[in-house]
Amino acid sequence: MDFTLNDEQRMLEETAGRLVRDRYGFEQRRRHAAEPKGYGAAIWAMMAELGLPAVPFPERDGGFAGGGVELLVLHRQFGRGLTLEPYLASVVLGGGLLSRLGGEAQRDAVLPQAIAGETILALAYAEPAAGYDPFWIGTRAERAGDGWRISGAKSVVLHGDGAGRLLVTARTGGGTGDRDGISVFLVDPTQAGVGVRGYATIDGLRAAEVTLVGAAGELVGPEGGAAEALEATLAAGCVALCAEAVGAMEQACELTLDYLKTRQQFGAPIGRNQVLQHRMVDMRIALEQARSMAILAACSLELSPAERERRVSAAKALIGTAGRLVAEEAIQMHGGMGMTEEAAISHYAKRLVMIDHWLGDSDYHTARFAELPEAA
Amino acid sequence: MDITYTAEEQAFRAEVRDFLRDGLPGDISDKVRGGRRLTRDDHLRWHAALNARGWLAVHWPKEHGGTGWGPVRRHIFDEECAAAGAPQIIPFGVNMVAPVIIKFGTEEQKRHYLPRILDGTDWWCQGYSEPGAGSDLASVKTRAVRDGDHYVVNGQKTWTTLGQHANMIFCLVRTDASVKPQEGISFLLIDMDAPGVTVRPIVTLDGEHEVNEVFLDEVRVPVENLVGQENKGWTCAKYLLTYERTGIAGVGMAKAALRHLKAVARRQERCGRPLIEDPIFRRRLAEVEIDLMALEMTNLRVVAAVQGGGVPGAESSILKVRGTEIRQAITDLLRRAAGPYALPFQHEALGSGFNEEPVGPDYAAPLAPQYFNRRKLSIYGGSNEIQKNIVAKMILGL
Ligand SMILES: Cc1cc2nc3c(=O)[nH]c(=O)nc-3n(C[C@H](O)[C@H](O)[C@H](O)COP(=O)(O)OP(=O)(O)OC[C@H]3O[C@@H](n4cnc5c(N)ncnc54)[C@H](O)[C@@H]3O)c2cc1C
Repeated sequence: MDFTLNDEQRMLEETAGRLVRDRYGFEQRRRHAAEPKGYGAAIWAMMAELGLPAVPFPERDGGFAGGGVELLVLHRQFGRGLTLEPYLASVVLGGGLLSRLGGEAQRDAVLPQAIAGETILALAYAEPAAGYDPFWIGTRAERAGDGWRISGAKSVVLHGDGAGRLLVTARTGGGTGDRDGISVFLVDPTQAGVGVRGYATIDGLRAAEVTLVGAAGELVGPEGGAAEALEATLAAGCVALCAEAVGAMEQACELTLDYLKTRQQFGAPIGRNQVLQHRMVDMRIALEQARSMAILAACSLELSPAERERRVSAAKALIGTAGRLVAEEAIQMHGGMGMTEEAAISHYAKRLVMIDHWLGDSDYHTARFAELPEAA
Repeated sequence: MDITYTAEEQAFRAEVRDFLRDGLPGDISDKVRGGRRLTRDDHLRWHAALNARGWLAVHWPKEHGGTGWGPVRRHIFDEECAAAGAPQIIPFGVNMVAPVIIKFGTEEQKRHYLPRILDGTDWWCQGYSEPGAGSDLASVKTRAVRDGDHYVVNGQKTWTTLGQHANMIFCLVRTDASVKPQEGISFLLIDMDAPGVTVRPIVTLDGEHEVNEVFLDEVRVPVENLVGQENKGWTCAKYLLTYERTGIAGVGMAKAALRHLKAVARRQERCGRPLIEDPIFRRRLAEVEIDLMALEMTNLRVVAAVQGGGVPGAESSILKVRGTEIRQAITDLLRRAAGPYALPFQHEALGSGFNEEPVGPDYAAPLAPQYFNRRKLSIYGGSNEIQKNIVAKMILGL
């Protein structure tokens, strides 16, 4: 067993870490957030220039064939800086699904621009009645001449409003909750049949409600057979989110520890109170557990789907709970300061609590973990 | 032992309900129920409606225009108000400074201030905390130096709730820096329109403007505005904090929030089924409901114990800790119930005059902001850690 990073992974960590340290201080983040797209356009271009979006793609798509560990390394740094750029949406989710399912022509047509950061992709999979279940799909696609027409509604699509292309899941067969009959389509959101309502999320990102009324879409991959690829893509997304949570937890713990050492009440630093010491220790224990699960999930992406899914759900469940504990304790121990918009800690707390609302919360993943059969 | 309400108490409850049906403006209760923002005017209208009925000053003795109610009636009243979607009474004038003025104030102060609190002429805010004085309140540094028949006040107060609406602030100020911290503090009433008072907003993590910083720069305050004796303000401060604690458990509000949670869980879909049918969620709901039942009984035991007179002691710290934990647990479940729709940050949807279609279900917009906002419950009014210190010392003798 070896928990160390190889040279390439270390370089990747160094690159991403430097970017976050130099360009993603709290005040800088505020400025990025205030830009028209809700993230730093120049930062995103810089990420592309550094080749970061190429990392998880296979070589045939012009990528560096990075796996779970590379995602872990990158997104942990993103979590430390609370970055706002559409890496998860465009590279891991949208790009990831297209790369897994798409034919050569489709990949060639879209992925180079996505890797260059010029086109943003977004994965529109969730639906209003589904909660967190990605297979609960009411959106339908029907053949129309050579192509397909899609109708339905997709909810809380990460970076859905800035996307040049949407990857939309729709049913071409089966009943609403079935695994079979799920297809994926490339959709141009500027066409008349697509409504995109963008908004900010409470953790500072962008998302959109997407409605499709007979919208034209290009089938990606086999008709009705996208479930496996969708699941694998969402698993990679969960690894990215778990890593971001770890990065954010590290920062939240550091900020809180620092506060305990400096904030004076009753003539001494508040960290002298044993009750706060123990709670700081609980935060640190939660962080270590989260680190372990993020590593476990990251190293499971190449396993058989059955094993992968169990481990990924376990990680997402634990990290959802651990993140909330760290967030709530961090606010509490910061007292009134922790409640303010101007203190960085409140933004780490919001992101940590909200990571649980992306790609399935701890209740959803715990229940899923319990139901997935143990791999032999 | 008989834990049912007496016939007289039940009749009182019915009377309160009748009043609320007609006296509580529907647009205001709609806002409270929908988790939307209340304006200064909304609060004033509600206070006026209560005042007209003689029910605004529930804690005051009758001779000053209060209700003279005992703790059980006050409890019933709180519960019914919360159930009807009434806004919380802004406590700073009615429930905080007024009892101090009644107990320690001069006749002149009582004559001047009490009617103005009742009729809404004055909106009070609380100037206790300072950047360096939070849990350790006795370390306040704001200075008041006597100059003829005025005090000259310099310093900074912070976390001043709704200070942007207020025209009066009651402050703890240091009038003697040479003695033990608790002994050199005075309780001063300051007109916020006086030259040298500056109010600056603090935006909280949910994007709201609820608290403020208040800067006091060479503010001249007439000596008549001192309550009690100079340097004896700590007595007033403590009296204010311990005087009225029957409402501290927040049972009425927790019950209202729990009802809302059930309504949301009935409407929220998970894979086409209502969330309330999900076994994990049902269990979480049941657990918090049982906790709340226990809190309600504990609260009633404390209330009944002080019915004959006196004020609750360190028991109120138990009520505060558990009450805030339960309310926080309910807002946590409300946020989780919304699922992915907890994510959209629809700040505008919480204000008046928003007539667009909300994103997601109509109840979703306030749920995540409220969850974050309610983190304050365990921080202010004496943090839960400080409450536990009190219990350890006063009840356990540790
Ligand atoms: C939304 C909001 C509204 C408020 N409104 C008002 C208002 O209107 N007027 C007003 O005067 N004040 C107000 N406050 C201030 C509030 O009373 C203080 O925030 C509170 O007293 C805590 O002080 P602090 O924020 O300085 O935290 P600190 O005292 O710095 O505490 C930080 C952390 O250390 C813990 N701690 C401190 N001392 C000990 C100890 N001895 N043992 C164990 N743990 C300890 C605390 O529990 C907390 O977790 C408000 C606060 C908030 C958040």
